[in-house]
Amino acid sequence: MSEQASYKPGEHPELPPPANVRGITGWVRGNFLSSPFNIILSALSLWFLWWVIPPAVDWFFIDAAYTGADRNECRAKAGGACWAFVGERLQLFTYGFYPAEERWRVNLSFVLLCLALVPVLFDHVPHRKYGLYYAVAFPFIAAWLLIGGFGLTPVPTDKFGGFMLTLIIGVTGIAFSLPIGIVLALGRMSKLPIIHISAVSFIEFIRGVPLITLLFVASTMLNYFLPPGSNFDLLLRVLIMVTLFASGYMAEVIRGGLQAIATGQVEAADALGLKYWSAMRLVVLPQALKISIPGIVNTFIGLYKDTTLVIIIGLLDPLGIGRASVADTKWAGLSTELYVFVALFFFVSCFSMSRYSLYLEGKLETGHKR
Amino acid sequence: MTTQTATQRNAVSRLWNNKEARSVIIQIITLIGILLFFGYMARNAVVNLEALGKGFSFAFLFQPANYDINQTFIEYSSRSPHIRATVIGIMNTLAVAVAGVILATLLGFLLGVMRLSKNYLTAKISYCYIEYVRNVPVLVHILMVHGLLVRALPNPRDALVIGDGVFLSNRGAQVPKPVFEPLFWGVVAVFIAGVIFAWWFRRYAAQLQDRTGRALPVFWVSLGAVVGAPLLVYFILGSPIVWEVPALKGFNFAGGYVLRPEFIALWLALSLYTAAFIGEIVRAGILAVDYGQTEASAALGLSRGRTLNLVVIPQALRVIVPPLTSQYLNLTKNSSLAIAIGYMDIVATIGGISLNQTGREMECMVIVLMLYLSISLAISAFMNWYNKRIKLVER
Repeated sequence: MSEQASYKPGEHPELPPPANVRGITGWVRGNFLSSPFNIILSALSLWFLWWVIPPAVDWFFIDAAYTGADRNECRAKAGGACWAFVGERLQLFTYGFYPAEERWRVNLSFVLLCLALVPVLFDHVPHRKYGLYYAVAFPFIAAWLLIGGFGLTPVPTDKFGGFMLTLIIGVTGIAFSLPIGIVLALGRMSKLPIIHISAVSFIEFIRGVPLITLLFVASTMLNYFLPPGSNFDLLLRVLIMVTLFASGYMAEVIRGGLQAIATGQVEAADALGLKYWSAMRLVVLPQALKISIPGIVNTFIGLYKDTTLVIIIGLLDPLGIGRASVADTKWAGLSTELYVFVALFFFVSCFSMSRYSLYLEGKLETGHKR
Repeated sequence: MTTQTATQRNAVSRLWNNKEARSVIIQIITLIGILLFFGYMARNAVVNLEALGKGFSFAFLFQPANYDINQTFIEYSSRSPHIRATVIGIMNTLAVAVAGVILATLLGFLLGVMRLSKNYLTAKISYCYIEYVRNVPVLVHILMVHGLLVRALPNPRDALVIGDGVFLSNRGAQVPKPVFEPLFWGVVAVFIAGVIFAWWFRRYAAQLQDRTGRALPVFWVSLGAVVGAPLLVYFILGSPIVWEVPALKGFNFAGGYVLRPEFIALWLALSLYTAAFIGEIVRAGILAVDYGQTEASAALGLSRGRTLNLVVIPQALRVIVPPLTSQYLNLTKNSSLAIAIGYMDIVATIGGISLNQTGREMECMVIVLMLYLSISLAISAFMNWYNKRIKLVER
């Protein structure tokens, strides 16, 4: 008989799994070579990576010029990217045309923004309640710091630009579109016909037209609807339009969450004697908002990306600054570097937002995972 | 005195505590607020327009536009009226939207399936692509693709030749233009007859199966009627389409259709961008169908193909279609960014050059907003109809 027979039942020693299903060989076999089709896929993928990565690395790093006074100097040094361009214009990319001696105010606002974000984003912060009060006050403090007046030198808003402008539009939109969106969603779910119809028409109108047309409305015809002689700051008009636009989308996301809450929850709140707003605030909204987190963060990301559209009506966000710079003979034709740089900035911000939303979903998960 | 005020106060508070009365009061207040707001704006608009000496009229639409449009599907010259420019804008928007929807859907399904692949590399490539594309603004994509395209493509003299009649250069893609001979309408007639026959055959087959349980090869018969028969007739009639192939004349091409680089850049950028979102939707849809469904249908003795057709795909589509339609809508709305690279869509024609030339901001913007609203509402109406059709029938 063979060797196996010499073990008594239940006394077979625990052998390691076969060599070809564990460790690196097992992983490679399982993932890349498990079937003929899989082998073809692996080959195609490898070919694709080989086709994309080496030239990209070469263009980005190896054959790139990091210093140089203008594009000709860059081109003489290397055939790839000319990062000297981005380096020289970095101040402009960050602050736009904000006066150099006042830029500490922008930096201070940024630090204050980071401080305001801490209590909003994380809940194990000491004295979180006061932190949240501060976060609510922050947009107004920042507006005072950036625009000036009341003891600070006033800076006209057409000097705003660069990443600073992106952050201003993005943060304002995010801060104000959530509450407006909640009100609109509640309006849409309301049983009162006039309130329902107003909310529905507003939301459907906003969602039915592209943001760029709303920005055109803001820049070309909004003045007609204001009292004669009044002049309305362009940046403020843009901020209002972007906020309203995002709140239309936000309302639909939150409505999805509201609809997912069982009617029993509202009935239970009624039975406890809660009034409409208390029932919403204490029972319905906390659950609805929790379900809608992925959608809310997606709307934030969309809003943040949409801030680039302001270049079309002449505001100078990084893309606008860069497009003006590459039209200059000194750095003419370096548009690829510009777009890659701006893309990188947006990728970093938006990717971290989506990661945070994953973290939040995990944290708020109170249900039973199957 | 005191008792009277107390009763009055009582009446008010009773009114407020009555649910119906309260809802009526709230609605009336809202309505008055909205009307006051719009009335105020309308009054301002009237005063402002009067001060500028402008009326509100659409008569300017019939005056000559005085500008050129580089891509037109119908006859147009700079002496044509603004309304014709608007129609061309609409056609250009719809052209890029339809082309974009088709390419984005194909790429999106590919990305979604790749993302679920068992192959580590394939799945990761798809993941990286989707994450990169979704986290960068679509305007940056459009500008980047346009910049790369214009720079990478050669002059018309050294144009890349694809196949027999397609020329790629920095002036755009020159494609052969089909010229239809009268006999071609015969092919069209056969095609229409084929579609009607396929529809009828499908119903007949379903009825037959209900009655007797016998299944007919619906797919192959429909394919033959819709594609095979017209092709056969096409060759019997002696290929009644002549292709007008473009040829290099001087510094540019003549003849054939031209697809402007702006169109190609916008089309590619919008498709590549939307495909990333569609990829995630497709992945979610496929994952949403529990594996138990496949096992159950295998237990019922359905073949693999029938399992896919009758069990998995219908359930996955129920999850996929609503967000997919809203992505189509987004693509259409994003096509308004055409103005950044000079493609003449709705916003660039009536909302851009016409607006600047005539100074009729209000009228132009009203037209643009209404056009986009009607496109969006049409797509939403379709979506609601489809949702109703595929909704789960519950007890």
